[in-house]
Amino acid sequence: MPMNMQGRPSAPEAVEHTEIPTISGDRGLDHEEPLIFELGREGVTGVDIPQVQISDERLGAFRRRNPIGLPGLSEPEVVRHYVRLSRMNYAIDAGLYPLGSCTMKHNPRLNEKMARLPGFGDIHPLQPQQTVQGALALISELMRWLTALTGMPAVAMWPKAGAHGELCGLLTIRAALEARGEKRTRVLVPSSAHGTNPATAALAGFTVDEVPATEDGHVDADALEAKLGPDVAAIMLTNPNTCGLFEPRIKEMADAVHAVGGYFYCDGANFNAIAGRVRPGDLGVDAMHINLHKTFSTPHGGGGPGAGPVVLSAALAPYAPLPLLVHDSNELRVIEDRSEVPSGTDPFGRMCAFHGQMGMFVRALSYMLSHGADGIRQASEDAVLSANYILASLKDVMSAPFGDGPCMHEALFDDSFLEDTGVTTLDFAKAMIDEGYHPMTMYFPLVVHGAMLIEPTESESKESLDRFIFVLRALAEEAKAGKPERFDGAPHYAPRRRLDETAAARKPILRWRPPALPQAAE
Amino acid sequence: MRYLPLTPDDRAAMLAKIGAPNIDALFRDVPQSAVVNRSVFDLPDTQGELEVERTLSRMAGQNIAAGSVPFFCGAGAYRHHVPAAVDHLIQRSEFLTSYTPYQPEIAQGTLQYLFEFQTQVALLTGMEVANASLYDGSTATSEAVLMAQRSTKRPKAILSGGLHPHYAETVETIANLSGQVVRAPVTPGKAEDIAALIDNQTACVVVQSPDVFGLIRDLKPIAEAAHAKGALLIAVVTEVISLGLLEPPGRQGADIVAAEGQSIGNGLNFGGPYVGLFATREKFLRQMPGRLCGETMDAAGKRGYVLTLSTREQHIRREKATSNICTNSGLCCLAFTIHLSLLGEEGLVRLARANHARATALVDKVSMIEGVELVTPNFFNEFTIRLPKPAAEVVDALASKKIIAGVPASRLWPHNRDLRNLLIVAATETVSDEDCDALVETLAEVL
Repeated sequence: MPMNMQGRPSAPEAVEHTEIPTISGDRGLDHEEPLIFELGREGVTGVDIPQVQISDERLGAFRRRNPIGLPGLSEPEVVRHYVRLSRMNYAIDAGLYPLGSCTMKHNPRLNEKMARLPGFGDIHPLQPQQTVQGALALISELMRWLTALTGMPAVAMWPKAGAHGELCGLLTIRAALEARGEKRTRVLVPSSAHGTNPATAALAGFTVDEVPATEDGHVDADALEAKLGPDVAAIMLTNPNTCGLFEPRIKEMADAVHAVGGYFYCDGANFNAIAGRVRPGDLGVDAMHINLHKTFSTPHGGGGPGAGPVVLSAALAPYAPLPLLVHDSNELRVIEDRSEVPSGTDPFGRMCAFHGQMGMFVRALSYMLSHGADGIRQASEDAVLSANYILASLKDVMSAPFGDGPCMHEALFDDSFLEDTGVTTLDFAKAMIDEGYHPMTMYFPLVVHGAMLIEPTESESKESLDRFIFVLRALAEEAKAGKPERFDGAPHYAPRRRLDETAAARKPILRWRPPALPQAAE
Repeated sequence: MRYLPLTPDDRAAMLAKIGAPNIDALFRDVPQSAVVNRSVFDLPDTQGELEVERTLSRMAGQNIAAGSVPFFCGAGAYRHHVPAAVDHLIQRSEFLTSYTPYQPEIAQGTLQYLFEFQTQVALLTGMEVANASLYDGSTATSEAVLMAQRSTKRPKAILSGGLHPHYAETVETIANLSGQVVRAPVTPGKAEDIAALIDNQTACVVVQSPDVFGLIRDLKPIAEAAHAKGALLIAVVTEVISLGLLEPPGRQGADIVAAEGQSIGNGLNFGGPYVGLFATREKFLRQMPGRLCGETMDAAGKRGYVLTLSTREQHIRREKATSNICTNSGLCCLAFTIHLSLLGEEGLVRLARANHARATALVDKVSMIEGVELVTPNFFNEFTIRLPKPAAEVVDALASKKIIAGVPASRLWPHNRDLRNLLIVAATETVSDEDCDALVETLAEVL
């Protein structure tokens, strides 16, 4: 009988035999949970608010005439509902989360506590500026850390996510070109890029010209240089790239785009591999967004909120969007309107209302202060070391497309080791769920067929990495030994079996409707 | 460093397994000239929790927290009481530290609350479908305008003068790239004649209600005028608690609703993170930006949820995507969903009434002060008054007495001298009778 590392039997058959369907449909700690709309009663509420009388006098003729349709529940019911839902989720706090390019590292709780200080969490974006000097000082200090770590002179703090930062960077480039009196239309984007890069370039009004990758997973610098010309506004490169490799010809490509008058936008999603060791400013970067939720560990929260400040070169800094944070004689001030900007600056516009993701700024600065410059460098080195350890420990049983060279913070494999086994990449990933792991990133980057991208981050102990390696080796060996049982239809032990995504897209059901009134809620 | 589990021995053993002599060998592709030493950075070293907490608490202490003083700021961000259960639940590790639910079998918790969130947003706004949120209200409004331009294949977006100016500038920045943005004049306390601006090149009209001055707008005639010329009506709501008391935009002919959801579940946070709500009619489903969660079945026949219609999105469509957005505002959506679940129909309606009652009582008192004139004849929980002198001076004078009186219109339109005596005042349920009295008395003193 197969045993896991703790010596417990792990054969699926053993479980099948002992499984008795329960009466409730729940299974031990695994509870089924209806939608909130299927719970509750009319007239119940979980918040005690006095009933007050109002007249229509000041409402005009706009008073709501129909009920909204929300269910009524008491506090204990709501708490139980969401606690039960939470238990259906995987989380970094509960286990290794090897999602390449997503950087699921530990989220220190100190950062949560700091963001909730009333002096940060309970201040209004438009209250008088003399009453928020500490908040402006925090933003200013974070700007100092970001510019120092990247070796760039300026930073636009306000973008609300990585893709929003990309947009901010490209609009800054567009404004700088317009100020030079030039209209350039083309942006060069490698085929290995994150999908947001071409989407952002198109949104910013540029046409996207794709640059191929070389056999060894780098951007084809020769092809890139051949595509350069007077109509190229920018190149958009990720470095380290999405194959987990540092671009060795990065400076050459930067020089080449500068030589034709274009700019170098760097996707900073992978800055966590080099922070504290390499400054993008030294590589010729003109603009780079920093995912505070990746490199500086603000929690992913099931898909957001993030934050994507953009560091800028001296050439681009004058065009950074509103608002501007300036140091007056003895106070900090936010300039929110174009009519008040200092001479020499020409903001291209505004990315969003107010001034960015303050809650994320506090968490990121708390992370930086905790680590210090030495800790940030150590974290980058540990992330790279851990990824290489995984690569070295698995490359004989899985297939590493780019041979023996070291990787940066993520180890890339492809699915050629599964060829003729009857086990697909998806099967392999889903079998990891049964073993208690979140799958790695699959089918990305697109330049590698059947890509599997593993990013362990610096947060895992060696014991944790060893156990992960043990499980992945065992899975790979079973697949190659022609034992597909474990993989067929996996996962078997998750709150749900595989879900039908095709049916979901064909006839989308995007909201609950009362059963008595199907399709008639409007 | 307390967050880094590897020991020096671990690192040595791992390097040995890799076959690298030292860590530098792993960075061999980095040009030597680009590698910097610790001494290059004028930044401190590792610090313990105690030291970090001390530094950040000192910064926090230099701000006046809204809860510590009589506080009347709104204009797009509102202070409401958030039940303790909300913050407790969103800090559960399984919500806080999970990723985007790309592996639905082990992310049903996130997916189910997104499905509940989409339903709540559709119900509140009176629309048919909603997405799983955008960054905030201003970016949701921009995405709505882009969607209208895409759907109608027309370039022009007409923005009401009552639209929050930060929203208008955010829209202009992005929608001017592919089209043309026209801003109607600012007419505090009155509806501008926006119908006259609509022509056959108009993709959409964008109207906020209650508007930035607090005035409740009549959307129906604007919807009719827009539809008559083949344009869409985008309704913007920055105070969603108002939907507990007011007719929803969906019942007034709106085609897209873009809203700021911060008021439900989320604190002020100095402007972010917030949560953008986006709802529309079913016929525009495939034009929508952002993530969508849909219901489906698993292989064992159990109901479950997945991210769906991702063929609209950047990771599949790349440069042909409907939007470049790659995240939603996950945890802020969760806070919204839990708070609204706690409130329920009864609680939301009571909360909305409490807000309106509070604002009405304050208007009655403030209007008694000589020289103060109410500009917005109808309102929800926010109104605008005209003062006999510049509002910014008055706000500063009151701030020095530890009363935050509201947002002077000059903060939003510094160049518009006609607006400089206007003060935008919000009174939510968090404002007490004593707070109102303090405002009225002190205002009378400084005027």
